[in-house]
Amino acid sequence: MARHIVARTTDIPPGGNKVFGVEGRDIVVFHVNGEFFALLNRCPHEGAPLEKAACVARLTSPEPGVYQRSRVGELLRCPWHGWEFDMRNGQSWFDPKRVKVRSYPVAVESGEELQKGPYVAETFPVRVEDNYVIIET
Amino acid sequence: MSDVIDRPILAAEEAAKSRLRIIDCDVHPSIHAHADIEQFMPKRWQQHLRTYGSHLRTPYIGTTPYPRSSPLIARRDAWPPTGGPPGSDLDFMRKQHLDPLDIEYGILQVLDLFIFSQQNLEFGAAVQRAINDWQLAFWSDRDPRLKASILAGQDDTEFAIAEIERCAKIGRYVQINVCPRANEPLGRRRYWPIYARAQELGLPLGIHVGGYGGHAPTGSGWPSYYVEEHQSNAHTMAAQLTSLVLEGVPERFPNLKIVFIEGGFGWIPSTTWRMDRHFEAFRSEVPHLKRRPSEYVKEHFWFTTQPIDEPDEGKHLRSLIEWVGADRLLFSSDYPHWDFDDPRYAFKTPLTEAERRKIFNGNARAVYKF
Repeated sequence: MARHIVARTTDIPPGGNKVFGVEGRDIVVFHVNGEFFALLNRCPHEGAPLEKAACVARLTSPEPGVYQRSRVGELLRCPWHGWEFDMRNGQSWFDPKRVKVRSYPVAVESGEELQKGPYVAETFPVRVEDNYVIIET
Repeated sequence: MSDVIDRPILAAEEAAKSRLRIIDCDVHPSIHAHADIEQFMPKRWQQHLRTYGSHLRTPYIGTTPYPRSSPLIARRDAWPPTGGPPGSDLDFMRKQHLDPLDIEYGILQVLDLFIFSQQNLEFGAAVQRAINDWQLAFWSDRDPRLKASILAGQDDTEFAIAEIERCAKIGRYVQINVCPRANEPLGRRRYWPIYARAQELGLPLGIHVGGYGGHAPTGSGWPSYYVEEHQSNAHTMAAQLTSLVLEGVPERFPNLKIVFIEGGFGWIPSTTWRMDRHFEAFRSEVPHLKRRPSEYVKEHFWFTTQPIDEPDEGKHLRSLIEWVGADRLLFSSDYPHWDFDDPRYAFKTPLTEAERRKIFNGNARAVYKF
């Protein structure tokens, strides 16, 4: 598994996202509720760019008239047809058995640890006091 | 898991490298600023627009009765970086849609200003006339790929005919558009003068979903949700196909071509099967029909593909295409609206090369005489 250091944590504001070209693929990284999630920037349905997705809550209803909101901001609503995907694992909530966005493990590590990585010095400026976002592909 | 779809669905077709340019029969341009459209309106109606605004044949002033699924019913990635609503910036439309998808022709379908739903028919006519001029000045003149349609609200039939004549003299429009939700079903004789003129001019009659004719959007009344109202687009189209066929429009106007736009096509087989069955039982009620209803459908009507149906199994879409007939289908994207279909990925079943050529280009080329 290759590790790609793509940004400082501060490069992606809370609630925001950023797209990175990694090995020829566009990967979008979201920053939500203090966590980072990386997904292929392409809806598996018809190819819409997920960077433009709305970040919504999981809305469920055990019975008519009763609604529950949970995991606020952690579900992606596709910018075209509105399919919902779980940022954590790419799972589609529209049709959970069938369609999945490819997701990538994301790690946040301290600057000191990053210096051990093979790509840090060459690709990104490293400042030990900051944290960096790494994508594994 | 069966399919992580992060590749072109029709990879084999992409690999074929056969250059097939796309004719997109449903592209929505939008007005960037009111001033753009007002210049094509007489002062009297400019003043009316500013003073009274839009009054529609539905509940609620200046808006639709249902909240849409996304702002201005648009793709969230279609807002031009220069500002203005989706579909209002030609350069961005080129960059995002026309160029990358290699659109040879795009047929403009304007919905702005609730084009066919104005309660004040004279004002509605002024809006339609202004938008007909605006389509040429702001779109067709600037990009020859974009083809305009003559918007002619059929409930003011006299105006509709006059506007068709005016635009036909200009000679640059490819279609006459009427509304699928009018005061009466489209087959009614009050609308026939429009069909007669369309046939004489050799211009297809385009019917794009939407609008409010003063009736509830479904045959069972006012639904609760946008998802229900959206579903009803197909029901409206089925009702209008039935009306046009059974009232004898294709029998009376055998050279008239009729294009149903944005209604999809999954509903057509069952509608025509049922019409045929009923026709066999009740033909004495409609003796003006000389042939089975399905035969009129197979010769006089075309249907744009979006929003395409997505049955769980691709082979069922395959069956739908065969039942409707690849000859009847015209590709459409609906750009920049939220339910956009991408020509590369929308068909979740393989098409033969002959079918692709018909659906994505050849059929539209013949219907619109490109």
